[in-house]
Amino acid sequence: MSETATTFERKRRGINLLMTSLTAVCAVFTIAVLVAILGYIGVRGISSLSIEFLTDTPKPVGEGGGIGNSILGSAIMTLLAAFIGLPVGIAAGVYLAEFGKNWFGNTVRFVADTLIGVPSIIIGIFVYTLVVLPMGRQSGFAGGLALAIIMIPIVARTTEEMIGLVPHSMREGALALGAPQWRVTWNIVLPAAASGIATGAMLAIARVTGETAPLLFTALNSRFYNYYLDQPMSSLTVQIFNYATGPFEVEHAMAWAATLLLVTLILVINILVRFFTRKRF
Amino acid sequence: MANTGTKGDKVFHAVVFAAALSIILIVAAVIAVMFQSAIPSMERFGIGFLFGREWKPAQEEFGALPFIFGTVTSSVIALILSIPVSLGIAIFLVEQAPKKLARPIAFMVELLAAIPSVVYGLWGIFVLAPLIREYIGPFLQTYVGFLPIFQGRITGIGMLTAGIILALMITPIITSVVRDVLEAVPHTQREAALALGATKWETTMIVLGNASSGIAGAVVLGLGRAVGETMAVTMVIGNSPQIVASLFEPANTIASLLAANFAEATDEMYLSALIEIGLVLFLVTFIINAFAKLLILSVASKTNAAKQG
Repeated sequence: MSETATTFERKRRGINLLMTSLTAVCAVFTIAVLVAILGYIGVRGISSLSIEFLTDTPKPVGEGGGIGNSILGSAIMTLLAAFIGLPVGIAAGVYLAEFGKNWFGNTVRFVADTLIGVPSIIIGIFVYTLVVLPMGRQSGFAGGLALAIIMIPIVARTTEEMIGLVPHSMREGALALGAPQWRVTWNIVLPAAASGIATGAMLAIARVTGETAPLLFTALNSRFYNYYLDQPMSSLTVQIFNYATGPFEVEHAMAWAATLLLVTLILVINILVRFFTRKRF
Repeated sequence: MANTGTKGDKVFHAVVFAAALSIILIVAAVIAVMFQSAIPSMERFGIGFLFGREWKPAQEEFGALPFIFGTVTSSVIALILSIPVSLGIAIFLVEQAPKKLARPIAFMVELLAAIPSVVYGLWGIFVLAPLIREYIGPFLQTYVGFLPIFQGRITGIGMLTAGIILALMITPIITSVVRDVLEAVPHTQREAALALGATKWETTMIVLGNASSGIAGAVVLGLGRAVGETMAVTMVIGNSPQIVASLFEPANTIASLLAANFAEATDEMYLSALIEIGLVLFLVTFIINAFAKLLILSVASKTNAAKQG
């Protein structure tokens, strides 16, 4: 009897050891992939980076050229997106946190979450039919608007979450002193949640900086420095896509260099946000 | 003073209410605008649009089936590859790793989700595709080449490459939801199992069983992401609207069809057909995401009830 009991016991322990090690292997494997991707980007990208590359405009293949106009275009459209998306998103988040404990709030929450999961190319089509077709051409404005629509639900949900972390006693204190509700939200709750809302906003900005699909046919691309919102505008991501799918080796090298720049920017934002939120929670 | 308070309250409430309402309006407008633009194509092709096998814009022949096939197949490959790995990471992080180790690892896995789609596409073209052409493809053909899905010429660009890239991209999403779900399972369940003499793994299996609907929600959420993923897939799938068994052959998905062709669609019927297929994609992802949300919410309410009762 004890013989079978020990083999059974050994089998259970064996399975336990095997499976617990396998889960660790999953984690190590995934991190190895991350390191491999980032490492490859670093190695391939660094060799083509130069001041000219960061400031020049695209030139015919073989004559050098750079991504200066794409950097500017990405910056302009991301700023425009933040300019529209942040106020609307934050205000919606305030509504959800302060007044949203009803069926309307639940509906907005549900729709926002599902909107976050909708493919960004759909937003591109939407803005194309709504803005590009009536205007008759692609534009930086259309691109920025598409990015703004992507930002709104993300910012709304993180803002709601951050406001939820503000202790209730702070509100009650202010209300007890006779402050009206809007004063409480504006002067007490929002400042208390400000750093949290800011980190959420930074993450949303990082996310839209990396978007390509919604820009493909809203902002299109441009070979020149363009400061006008009613003209087609280049972006880092669309430029990476064009270079990556181009036939020439030089183009591929430029795609890697532009990617190094983009990924560094996005990772720095993510790591900074992590660093600052770590202290508080 | 009290008056400015109530007036201020009204204005403030109206402003934030309008912002919240705008989210619903955006979704309503997306549906309305796309539906209206898709009407010419719907009237012309009817329901047969979804089952047509030919996609020839020049002859005004539009059948969506190859793209639906490509979308489903690439997403299924992604799920098959990603589910075990995601579950493994989540179990490791919640049930096994010490907190000091779990935090940085969780952060690094989340970083995978922060990398833009176009970057995955670039990596797919120049690293993964050659890897499949030179090593993974021949390896699969040598050992399981009798299966029709592993036959044919290996170019490195095709369905399998897209599926692997998608798996990489949805792994952090599934992992992070499963992590939350596992953490929501009350600690007493683990203690009870361990006290009865269960091994660590047997305890984990009990926890997994109790979290199953939340895990299903995580998987459905990953599916929604895979179905809608655009740039990375466009860059590695080969953009060829065909329905074949071999995973080494090029294929196409709805999202990559749109990315590759929308800008050049000047003809009205062509544009309308593209928007109709886009509308299909939108509705499908919307339903998938809503379903995932309901599954995850059901876990939250169940565990809350368990904690209180």
